[in-house]
Amino acid sequence: MRLGVKTLALVVLFSATGISYAGNVGPDEVKLVDGKIAMSLTGSNGDAAKGRDIFINRKQGNCLACHVNKEISEQAFHGKVGPPLDGVAGRWDEAELRAILVNSKKVLGEETIMPSFYRLINGTRTMKKFKGKTILSAEQVEDVLAYLKTLKEE
Amino acid sequence: MNINIKILSATVGICAISVSLIGQAFADADNDKLVVDGKVITTQAKAPADSELEKLYSGWRFRADETQSLQMDDFENPAFVAVDQAEDQFAMVEGKAGKSCADCHSDVTDFKGLRATLPRWNEAKGKPETLEHIINECRTDRMEAKAWKWEAPEMLGMTALIGLQSRGMPVAVKSDGPMQSVWKKGKDLYYTRVGQLDMSCASCHENNYGKMIRADHLSQGQINGFPVYRLKWGGLGSIHRRFKGCMQNIRAKPYKRGSDEFVALETYLATRGNGLSVETPAVRN
Ligand code: HEC
Ligand code: HEC
Ligand code: HEC
Repeated sequence: MRLGVKTLALVVLFSATGISYAGNVGPDEVKLVDGKIAMSLTGSNGDAAKGRDIFINRKQGNCLACHVNKEISEQAFHGKVGPPLDGVAGRWDEAELRAILVNSKKVLGEETIMPSFYRLINGTRTMKKFKGKTILSAEQVEDVLAYLKTLKEE
Repeated sequence: MNINIKILSATVGICAISVSLIGQAFADADNDKLVVDGKVITTQAKAPADSELEKLYSGWRFRADETQSLQMDDFENPAFVAVDQAEDQFAMVEGKAGKSCADCHSDVTDFKGLRATLPRWNEAKGKPETLEHIINECRTDRMEAKAWKWEAPEMLGMTALIGLQSRGMPVAVKSDGPMQSVWKKGKDLYYTRVGQLDMSCASCHENNYGKMIRADHLSQGQINGFPVYRLKWGGLGSIHRRFKGCMQNIRAKPYKRGSDEFVALETYLATRGNGLSVETPAVRN
């Protein structure tokens, strides 16, 4: 019961301030070492079901724009700019996948077209409404990560 | 017998090789031929020596058959409604000088070849000029009429009509002389990563053309068919409108239509298509 109230308070704080990273590791505090981020950005595990939605959503992860993923076969049109993500959990461990999501450039190479979802950029001329904001929140990154960890089958 | 089998297997071998070669060459663009009114229009060209691209392909080659076919017949091409209206407009008197375009340019076919060379340097103004600039200069300075907005239906129709006169001719835009600095600026813009998604034009149109990005087949982002009739827009749109849309998709603040930046980008992109045919007015989805 007490826990419930606390969580609620945290949520309220988060949405009220928009870009405060209350309780989470902020994008400038992330420790990415040797292509890995060991610690959860929120201190807890993400929700794989939510992560799946974020993966699909064109205004959030929009991962299907570039990746084929058989597990989401109900959606038409999977892009082919990047490799298929079937079985991706067997190729990268959790800390590596988190690093790819947070800052793809540091793991896949500076030239990669894959967006960095939890980095404050920095491409010039970012639209006002996205300035100073990460593409995904810390929670959303952990949710997508939890979902990616379920992709074990090639 | 023995020999026969050898020859046979050699033939099979050769077939396999040529199939895989074709497979490679056309993995990106499809292999369709654009024929309009019995006239073949080249949709691929050798890349210029300094090009980053191996081969040049028109955007037409990346579109689905249904979209492609709309461009193969002027009666089906929805852009021709605007082209017909522009023909009437050409003969219409407007402005304080009491003149129509036709009073000074007896026939619109006089503009044959022009589209293929734009943008170009305007010596008197000491600036580069696009087709929109040229038309508006005639309107304001020579007709004493109001300039058309960049994306006005009249401007789109007129640029389509004038562009059409060069259809099938190879694009040959200059990047030397006074255009060099404009071209260089355009090139810098092309390779600059912008927006929250942190991509450059090259991220999609140079490094990934031929691949599907969700439901879209990425092309080289060539501009030889503009203004294009886009089914999504339900009408004609300018080159700069497309630039704007692509920048917004990566969450970057676009430059304004007609801005120095977009004129420079247009110049650079035009030269990336040198050798492709003018296809105005093209049809896109
Ligand atoms: C604009 C295209 C694009 C988008 C959008 C995109 N990616 Fe990627 N991704 C790539 C490319 C390309 C690579 C391969 C590395 C390279 O060539 O740069 C890649 C690689 C990866 C890898 C490593 C895969 C492997 O097997 O090596 C993972 C994991 C990944 N992406 C996950 C995601 C997730 C999850 C999302 C959505 C939150 C996403 N990507 C969105 C383009 C994209
Ligand atoms: C009063 C005469 C006059 C009128 C009216 C006029 N123009 Fe012009 N136009 C000129 C002159 C003069 C030039 C520059 C000399 C040249 O290249 O023919 C020119 C140049 C052009 C060019 C560039 C031609 C080239 O090959 O470089 C285009 C295109 C053009 N006009 C279109 C139009 C259109 C469209 C209209 C009507 C909206 C129009 N003009 C009205 C006189 C006129
Ligand atoms: C995220 C990928 C992406 C980026 C980055 C991007 N575009 Fe595009 N662009 C597209 C897609 C998708 C289309 C529609 C399909 C096609 O023709 O590639 C398109 C179409 C175009 C076209 C129309 C091509 C035709 O034949 O009709 C032009 C021109 C163009 N883009 C220019 C640009 C320029 C200039 C930039 C940089 C400011 C840019 N694009 C950045 C994805 C992108």
